[in-house]
Parts: sequence; C-alpha cells; structure tokens
Amino acid sequence: MGPLPERITIQMSNALSHLSPEKIAEIELHSKKAHRNKRWHDFLEMVGNHSILIALSAIFFLPLYLVIVISLMSKGQAETRSIWPSPFMWSNYVEVFTLVPFMKWTLNTLFVSVMGTIGVVVSSVPPAYVLSRLQWKGRNTTFVIILGTMMLPGQVTMIPVYIIFSKLHWIPSFLPLIVPTFFSSAFSIFLLRQFFTSIPDEISDAARIDGCSEFKLMMRIVVPLAKPAIAAIALFAFLGSWNDFFGPLLYLVENEDLWTLGIGLNAFQGLHHVQTNMLMTASALFMAPVIIIFFFSQKVFIEGVTLTGVKG
Amino acid sequence: MQLTNVMASLSPRKRGEGALAPARRKLKIPYLFIFLCMSPWLFGIIFFTAYPMVTSFYQAFTKFNLIDKPEWVGLENFNRMLFEDSDFWLSLKNTVWIAAISIPLRIAFAMFTAWVLTKPKRGSSIYRTIFFLPSMVPAVAATMVFTYIFNPAYGPVNRGLEAVGVNEPPFWFMDPKWSKWGLILLGLWGIGDTMIIYLAGLLDVPKSLYEAASIEGASPWQSFRYITLPMMTPVIFFSFVTGVIGSFQYFTQAYVASGQVNDYSHAMYFYASHIYFTAFRAYEMGYASALAWVLLVITLVCTLIILKTQKRWVHYPNGSLFK
Repeated sequence: MGPLPERITIQMSNALSHLSPEKIAEIELHSKKAHRNKRWHDFLEMVGNHSILIALSAIFFLPLYLVIVISLMSKGQAETRSIWPSPFMWSNYVEVFTLVPFMKWTLNTLFVSVMGTIGVVVSSVPPAYVLSRLQWKGRNTTFVIILGTMMLPGQVTMIPVYIIFSKLHWIPSFLPLIVPTFFSSAFSIFLLRQFFTSIPDEISDAARIDGCSEFKLMMRIVVPLAKPAIAAIALFAFLGSWNDFFGPLLYLVENEDLWTLGIGLNAFQGLHHVQTNMLMTASALFMAPVIIIFFFSQKVFIEGVTLTGVKG
Repeated sequence: MQLTNVMASLSPRKRGEGALAPARRKLKIPYLFIFLCMSPWLFGIIFFTAYPMVTSFYQAFTKFNLIDKPEWVGLENFNRMLFEDSDFWLSLKNTVWIAAISIPLRIAFAMFTAWVLTKPKRGSSIYRTIFFLPSMVPAVAATMVFTYIFNPAYGPVNRGLEAVGVNEPPFWFMDPKWSKWGLILLGLWGIGDTMIIYLAGLLDVPKSLYEAASIEGASPWQSFRYITLPMMTPVIFFSFVTGVIGSFQYFTQAYVASGQVNDYSHAMYFYASHIYFTAFRAYEMGYASALAWVLLVITLVCTLIILKTQKRWVHYPNGSLFK
C-alpha cells in the first residue's frame, strides 16, 4: 500500500499528543508486537509455501529421478525394489546402442524433426504475415477457418490422407511425415499472427512509403522483429515431431530401418523380452534432448504457451 | 529504437520517390502477393483437410477395405455401430469415464499448482521449471516410465504405499479397475503446459482487487471464491473445450500402456484406439470413417453445449470472444 502521505502522519501525531505518555508507550509496544507478529506470520507463511512447493517438486521430479537411477542398474537389480544403483552400470549407456539400433532410431527421429521444423517455419510465416499485416477481403473469414481447423479432430481426415499417401507409394517412408509440414500448420500461423499483430503498423507504413516491396518488408523487417515468435513455433514443431508417435505408427512401422525413437521404444520389449534397465536407459536418452532444449529455451517456450494458450 | 534502425536502413532517394504517392499505394492491395503467401495453407487445406473430409464423409456410408472399390451400404455402418459393435460402446464408455474424471481433476490440479507458484516472493521460477518439465517428456517414454514405477511387483510406488501402511496397494496398469487411474496420474504428471496458462491467468488478475478485498476484511477463501475464480473462468472454459476435444483423441499413452501390460479386458481401449484398430488393423476403412464422423459430431455437440453455458458462468473482463 506504500507509505502514508506526510499530511496524514502529521495528523496522526497531533492526535497522539492528546494522549498520556503511558498510553503512547502502550500503543507503541502494541504496534511493535503487532509488527513482530506480522513478521513471524510472514515467516510461517513462507515456510508453508515453500514446503508445499518442495513436496510438489519432489512428486514431479520423482519419475525422472527413477528413470535415471534405474537406467544405471543391472538387469537383476532393476527388477528388485531398490532405488539406488549398486554397482553403477554406466556401460548400459554404451550397451543400448548395440542391443538395439538406437543410433539409427535417433538419426531417423532427428531427420524427421528437423525437416518438419523447416517445413512448418517456411510455410507458416507468409500466411501469418498476410493475415496480420495486410488488409484484404476475406481475411477474417480465412482466419476463422484456420482456427476451426485447429479444433478439427485428426481422425476425420486421417483415413483419406493415408489413402492418398498409399496411392503415391509413400508408405513406408518419411515423406508422409515431412511433406504435410510444408503446407502450413494452423497452430503456428495462429501463434505468429498473434505476435505479428503486436508489431506497430507505423513501421510497415514507413517502409511502404519508401517503396519497399511487401516481400522485402516481410523478410527484412517483420521477420527479424518476430524472432522470438519464430523461435517458439520452431521449437514447438521440433518437439512435436520428436515426441510424435501416431504419425510414425501409421507410416513407418512396416520398415524397421525407418523406425523413430518412439516406435523403437514401444517395440523394445517385444525385441528383447523384459530388460527393464535397458528400457529405462533408452527412455532416458530419448528424453534427454527434449529436456536439454527446454533448459536452454525455457523463456521462449513459456512465452509461446502463454501467447496462444495451447501447446503445439 | 527499432523504428529508427528501420528508417536508417532505407536510402534517402527512395524515400523521396515514395512520398509522392502514399494515398494511391494505400488503396492498392497486393492480391498476387497475398495469394502466393497463402498458397501453402490453401493447398494444404484443400489436399489435407477439405478433400479428405468430403471423401471420409462419403466413405462413412460404404464398405471399403483399401483394395477393392468402396461399396455403398447406406446407413449400415451406423446401424452396426449402435446395435452390433460392443467395442464401440466399450470404447465410448471408457472415453466418457476418463474425460469426466480427468478434465475436472486436471483443471483443479493446474489451478492449484499455478496458485502455489504465485505465493512465494522469491525462487518460484525454479519450481516452475520443475513443474513444467514433465510435460516435455515424449508420451511414449513417459508411459514406459509410469508402467514401470507403478509395477505391482517391483515398482517404487507400491513400495512407498506399503511403507506408509497401505496393505494391499492396487495393481495399477495390471488391474482393469485401476489402469485408468494410472493413465489419469500420468496425465496429471504432465500438467505443466496447462499450468503455465493458468499461471499467466492468475498473474493477470489486478492486484488492486485483492487489496480492496483485504481492506473490506475478506478471508483468503472469499477472495479466491469471489475474485480469483471469476477472473479465471475464461481459462477454465478454454481448458474444458480443449479437454473434451483431447479426450476423444487420447491415444498414444493408452496404446503404449496396453501394449506394455497386455490389456486383455480392454479397460484402456478408448474411442481413438477403436478408430485406429478398425482402420489400420482390420482395414475396415468405411466403418472407421463412420466412427470418425461420429467422433466429430460428439465433440462438436459437446463444444456447443459448453459454449451455450458460458454466458452463465464465464466472465470476460473485456467482452466475450464469441459474442
């Protein structure tokens, strides 16, 4: 609430002057006590808040802790009830690459994710630009359609799309996972548009008056200003592909050479009976890039989620 | 500052030229440029949305196995769905069950985690990171980990439950009565992205409202009930809609978990699984298309119902988005 204005303080001290010195001492003592009580109360509240937060953190972190710990156990120990590896089997992290074609799965996943990210960025920036920076007939209708497609359940289009790809003899291959990303993503257009709209129009007007072409305006002025938003859609696209399971399940399963980490991990048990420790080693390696990326780009990420209210 | 940079980068000669005809330039809409820019989206929506939707609507009335030509059967697929296909009803029941439990739970949990994050004066960003992290984990890996830690024989969860005195902890994913709870907990673990939206919403509530309430002598519960909750209704409304849509597409976690534990009783068989198995295991594309269209209708109806009720409980500080 801030300090009281001087006038009021003076009035208060005037009021106090009518009171006897004992009374004033009593009041002062009382207010000191109240002050101490308040500090004590604040301290308790802080302890309370942090204990709830620490307890919640422990719950959220526990599964991640267990993956790491179990990934370092021997096969025998992973199937006991211990929660600390002895001995530490660092060799699991080498062995997993020979036990299953882990390297190949990783490279496949990386390839699909990188191509998918390029596709989404390249094909979503221009529509978002014309939807936010230019006035034209049908613009709002188009935007409403884009919002509508975001809500459309994928199952409705899934079967005919599958048939198209199978007629093109693209199954199994990476093409059904990569090619559609070059035809814009509604979510990314939406996110970019939200951001582009916040860039002042004066910038564009000034450039247009100076005879700058729309294309140049988009590439040289708006895109550089929108780097955080573009970084956000690139991140969402990358993680979306990296974590995707359904797409690879439809289009890659038939050819083991094309398997991604998700498909490989799901088939792991079938391939090697129950090797819990190795399964956890593979899971840890599968999660690691995502978690590392997150640590380096937390801000971009959280802003992206907040800007749109949805995750890609 | 950025504006001046932009101005400086443009040559003075050009500036003089353009200044003569700003009005005319304003009127001219660069339609060719607009068309070129929109074309990835336009072709995308034609090839990957509009054409497939029309085709799948037609196929919903056919018998089609991917190899032979689709054969028109009229309403036969819908008849089969309603009266002959017990898996349809099972998957629908499972989906409605998990949606009814997990949507409110997710909203409450997201609200709670976001709310405790607004409390401390310092250090909340480290907690926020930890809470958010699990939502990044690939669904397949997360499900693998959960089926392991909830394993009744050697999973740490039941060990912990036994340590605190629960005599016969549930078998979780191995028990048809409990497997859905395992999936719900898995979903709550990945609440992070939803939580961030709630956190942004909570931080948007004007501080002055709370101050006014505390001067009036409102209890913490009253200020939550009469300030926080009404201000959060747009966010809650949004997560209701996305929650309903999401439940009918819930697939990966259920598919991976049932593969891990052999879900004989089909307790983790949801609507999206039913479409997947019908289309890509049984290759009954016509029937699967009918199932997909029923899904679309169900989600549309649910969304419309929620939209209709919003006038009664959703409070928009700056006017409604869907007026």
